[in-house]
Amino acid sequence: MFITFFYLLRARGLKVSLNEWMILIEALNQGLCSASLIDFYHLCRSVLVKSEADYDKFDLAFAEYFKGIETPADIPDEIWKWLDEEIKLPEGFEKSYDDFAKHNLEELQRMLKERIAEQKEKHCGGNYWVGTGGTSVFGHGGYNPQGIRIGGEGRHKTAIQVASERNFKDFRQDNILDTRQFQLAFKKLRQFSSRLDGKKSELDIDGTVNETCDHAGMLRLVWDRPRQNAVKLLILFDSDGSMMPYSRLCSALFQAANKSNHFKDLKVFYFHNCVYEKLYTDPYCRRGHWIDTEWVFKNLGSDYKVIFIGDGAMAPTELMSKGGNCYVGLYNELPGIDWLNRFIQKYPKHIWLNPIPKAEWDHTYGSFTILKIKEKFPMFELTVEGLEAGIKKLLVSR
Amino acid sequence: MNTFKGSKDYVVSDELMHAVNVSIALQKPLLIKGEPGTGKTMLAQSIADALEKKLIVWNIKSTTKAQDGLYLYDTVQRLYDSQFGEGDVSDIGKYIKLGKLGEAFTEEKQVVLLIDEIDKADLEFPNDLLWELDKMEFYVNETKETIKTRIRPIVIITSNAEKELPDAFLRRCIFHYIEFPDAERMKEIIAVHYADIEKNLLAQAMETFYWIRGLKDIQKKPSTSELLDWLQALVHSGIPLAKIKEEIPFVGVLLKKNQDIEAMFEIKEKGFTVKRWI
Repeated sequence: MFITFFYLLRARGLKVSLNEWMILIEALNQGLCSASLIDFYHLCRSVLVKSEADYDKFDLAFAEYFKGIETPADIPDEIWKWLDEEIKLPEGFEKSYDDFAKHNLEELQRMLKERIAEQKEKHCGGNYWVGTGGTSVFGHGGYNPQGIRIGGEGRHKTAIQVASERNFKDFRQDNILDTRQFQLAFKKLRQFSSRLDGKKSELDIDGTVNETCDHAGMLRLVWDRPRQNAVKLLILFDSDGSMMPYSRLCSALFQAANKSNHFKDLKVFYFHNCVYEKLYTDPYCRRGHWIDTEWVFKNLGSDYKVIFIGDGAMAPTELMSKGGNCYVGLYNELPGIDWLNRFIQKYPKHIWLNPIPKAEWDHTYGSFTILKIKEKFPMFELTVEGLEAGIKKLLVSR
Repeated sequence: MNTFKGSKDYVVSDELMHAVNVSIALQKPLLIKGEPGTGKTMLAQSIADALEKKLIVWNIKSTTKAQDGLYLYDTVQRLYDSQFGEGDVSDIGKYIKLGKLGEAFTEEKQVVLLIDEIDKADLEFPNDLLWELDKMEFYVNETKETIKTRIRPIVIITSNAEKELPDAFLRRCIFHYIEFPDAERMKEIIAVHYADIEKNLLAQAMETFYWIRGLKDIQKKPSTSELLDWLQALVHSGIPLAKIKEEIPFVGVLLKKNQDIEAMFEIKEKGFTVKRWI
């Protein structure tokens, strides 16, 4: 019956399967959801949504679909004030739901308008006026199976309210996320190989069986090298002033890479806007705390995968011209872009992660240099999704 | 019908209660996710207590295989027995040891089965259990027997989101994400554990706790269980109230990382920290 809701959810990017939809229908048939929308909201969410990362998408879709059922907003202040006061329910307050008149939504909204126009004073515990603790269809803290709730502490929040609060916004996958999620993404960066040097420390069962049979049942053990991740990673961080707003994000990525102990090797260096002769060994980029970029080319083989992390936003001269290095007293013979080219030539697997949202790359400050770099490097947003896409790029053989 | 309404030593939110009841009624496993320390594991215990059912816990480790939960065939024991002539070796059934799932399936009465931290295991692990959890039965090759449950157990599965769970598995579950409790609910939780805690102390400690949780530069946020430990430490030490917010005694109970402790004190003093890159 809500089949359009099903399609709306799918259209909003939730992978709801028919299977799950049938479970929901079964739950409704079993009466697991009383007539309230909030119960329906929770039921739908627990059956249809399988990750907190999707809660937000669900909230949005739910609010979109059921938005007609909101409380009207134009309630006079005075009535709000009456509603804000304490509620005392009369003793033995019980009534069968059947006694209430049935109203549909439009009717309720129309009645509310009239009632507001009529009402001149505070009401509690009655069954007609807007007030608290009664059985009127308007107000709060009372009992009416289908009234319009107005104000008061959220004793029973409406589903639309809950959905439009969007409490789970932070869990969205396309959001910028924390160390742990980066770490999960890094876990995908692995290429197993047993053809590495290293001790043969694992029992090769098939080999052992074969050898033992060949020797007429005398036990012969065969050892093999364990399969290991062969990925070596070189990460270069831009730690320029323009990167300060993203420092937390960069730090999270750094921590994640550092904690991921499945890499065969991990090297991290820092640069200032663009790479030149020197790479810094710490994020403060102080003179002397550096190594020669040449050293990197000589000592780190082309099997290293390179990840640049930077906004790529700088003065065009810093990228394109000789002596463009903005550090006073440092002069570069080779323009920054040529240094980047050398990285590209030496390391066939390279990506650039940019903390600036993709949509802004072609018009934000520094878009000239960003686009120049983007011509050279596959560029991704510095989000979990971006990192995952980048890692895929690093892994495919071209 | 079984309806879960929470138990006296476990504070449960309406949404969670609803999710539990939906999962019981639909006979689908309930998958629980949430920050560490939000009481995921406790939930199963609480359900078992409230519904007066036996709880069977299957703790998953990185080495756990799906087969471990079904049954193990103890070939070594059988070989041993045959050499020393002990017992009837021809009865293979004697050497089939049921795992936790098998145990839950063969119980006479309905049980609560907790599969704890399913994400610890191999990526394929949940897929290997699809059939067993769907049909609640499995086949023992050695004895050519099918072990089938009489009354489907209530299955609770917890996950810390260390690994993504396969879609096929997720489709069969009811899912609930336990949010970190807000101050109001936290008070209820504390009241369950320490009924007679002093009001002012609690207020001070809560304020400090939520302040620390709100700091962006903290990597490992303290959770409920840490707050409970901290409260206990505060009560036992009898530290004057004024000092709680000022000095944050026993900070090691709340924050487990040196960097976090340093960052927190720096923010407290100067209002910001630069210890982000380290």
